[in-house]
Amino acid sequence: MDLLFKVFIDPFLQMGAMPDLLVQTLWEGLVSGVLYALIALGFVLIFKASGVFNFAQGIMVVFAGLTLVGLHEKGVPAWLAVLLTLGVMLALAVAVERVVLRPLVNQPDIILFMATFGLTYVLIGIGEFIFGGEPKQMITEELGLPRGAIDVAMLGGRVTFQKIDIAAAVIASIMIAALAVFFQYTRIGRALRAVADSHKAALSVGISLNQIWAIVWFAAGIVALITGIMWGARSDVSFALQTIALKALPVLILGGFTSIPGAIVGGLIIGIGEKLAEFYWGPLVGGGIENWIAYVIALGFLMVRPQGLFGDKIIERI
Amino acid sequence: MFYREAGQYKKTYSADMAVFPILQDRIGIGLILLTAAVIIPIFGSNFFISTVMIPFLVFSLAAMGLNIVTGYTGLISLGTGAFMGVGAFACYKLTTYFPNVNIIIWILASGVFSAAIGALFGLPSLRIKGFYLAVATLAAQFFLEWCFVRVPWLFNYNASGAIEVPTRTLFGVAITGANATPTTRYLVLLGIVVLMTWVASNILHGRIGRTFMAVRDMDIAAELMGIRLLPAKLTAFAMSSFYCGVAGACMMFLWYGGGEASDAFNINQSFNILFMVIIGGLGSLIGCFFGAALLNIVPIILKFGLPAIGVPLAGATAEHINHLFVGSLIIFFLIVEPHGLARLWQITKQKLRTWPFPY
Repeated sequence: MDLLFKVFIDPFLQMGAMPDLLVQTLWEGLVSGVLYALIALGFVLIFKASGVFNFAQGIMVVFAGLTLVGLHEKGVPAWLAVLLTLGVMLALAVAVERVVLRPLVNQPDIILFMATFGLTYVLIGIGEFIFGGEPKQMITEELGLPRGAIDVAMLGGRVTFQKIDIAAAVIASIMIAALAVFFQYTRIGRALRAVADSHKAALSVGISLNQIWAIVWFAAGIVALITGIMWGARSDVSFALQTIALKALPVLILGGFTSIPGAIVGGLIIGIGEKLAEFYWGPLVGGGIENWIAYVIALGFLMVRPQGLFGDKIIERI
Repeated sequence: MFYREAGQYKKTYSADMAVFPILQDRIGIGLILLTAAVIIPIFGSNFFISTVMIPFLVFSLAAMGLNIVTGYTGLISLGTGAFMGVGAFACYKLTTYFPNVNIIIWILASGVFSAAIGALFGLPSLRIKGFYLAVATLAAQFFLEWCFVRVPWLFNYNASGAIEVPTRTLFGVAITGANATPTTRYLVLLGIVVLMTWVASNILHGRIGRTFMAVRDMDIAAELMGIRLLPAKLTAFAMSSFYCGVAGACMMFLWYGGGEASDAFNINQSFNILFMVIIGGLGSLIGCFFGAALLNIVPIILKFGLPAIGVPLAGATAEHINHLFVGSLIIFFLIVEPHGLARLWQITKQKLRTWPFPY
């Protein structure tokens, strides 16, 4: 009885008793949710266009962040460093398309998935080789990102908003809007959607698959760079970020692999869900449940909707 | 010229269905077993046995486990490391409670616990498929990893949170713990691996194995043919976890000799074993050994071999090059031969049969 009370009633009483703390937790969850959504967005872009489950998205985030910081350490001005990093991501996209994807066309999905595993290791190796394995400080001020925090008095307490978190939320929203416009109204965006619908049909109307793949990997690279800057500003730029990127996976299965809105909604649900669970239910079992609660939430959703919240219905034929 | 089955007549169905139908294969496997059981323990140095052979055998066993569920049944699992951990902890608890029972029995019995946990986490596989399932198995990995750290009952409430391997004997010879020599540990491990490979080979060539493969090739069609999917998939998960669990117990008791479980059984271990299965060949038992050998020997060569021939390589740099090399190797193999080293081995055998003629 006591246990049931602790699990089902006590957390809600706590929420009611200290609403400012609840708001703070929700905000923390929202921000990490936005960042999960950003990583998931990179996955979705590539999965939609090429059907490749790109495991390397997490390491691309780290790699982009490391390149940016590394270039700046070499004395390159911040904005030029951003441009150069974009150039590196473009080169990476072209190289991946040419070396990895093109020879593996028409292979089963799992083979392509494994190839991105290999890519992950290669990128870890190159990144460590060039920039070293130790964590680096993100160049927040040079990029004009705000620092510090705002305290707002509300609901009988104080709630702290980090300025960088607000900036992250705003930038993420702008980027998602820009991507939506890009997909909806530009020529390349239409081509991307055509490829996502059917490779063969897209080929038959003269869309170059190779080109589209390079473009979409570049787009994922841009998303990775922005994610890298934001995550890097919140903590350090290090290979530990790669593990955080694994959190994008439950986001993906929650939202569905093929849906951009799904990635965003999924990210927010996971972000808020895991922060609430950690804060209110975590102490019951000794804390640290943040590491796996996201997967359990996603698994619960999957049992009801195997294709995710917004995913395409899976139709199987013999 | 020498590898040819001319003149070998099969007079019974069982001879025709044999795992090694050709005399030369039987001689070959005999030679390999002889080398492994007699020549290596006599002539191999302690360093060679403990850094090359013991990890190789442990990883082969784990890769076999993963191959059963991923290669034969087509369900991607990313929770191998955690299932190995369950085996290690189960063995630890069992030998603490019943210290008089032989440790080898407990190593094998710990697989049962791992199998139960594996079947539990395999339940979603009926409803979820493909990548969705891969992510679902990550839930097992992270949840179990958390348990290994947070549930003190598992490591007997000791302060370090590590598994302490006690000394256990077989016929009066220490086979685990600080007093066991690498050679004894190696021989025990070899016995376990040979036994379990033999069992796996028989199961996978029989009705159960064929059920797995039917599910892999197309589960709806398999269902229409009268295969019950839930038992089939759960058996695959349970059998796979059994092998992983035994591998984990072997890893802790016969290789590491104790240590932090959260380090040994983390997500990277799962990926590592997945690579072995992919490079070795999905759906092939011999591929598990090839993959484990390759991915086990490459880091050792980079770590010890290159400095020995005069190429100076610091530990960290070796690690980076190792990442780079393993990554490139995976991509290379996927492009050149998506079916792994096992397929290359088959091609070689075919070439040998027709040699010196082209076909």
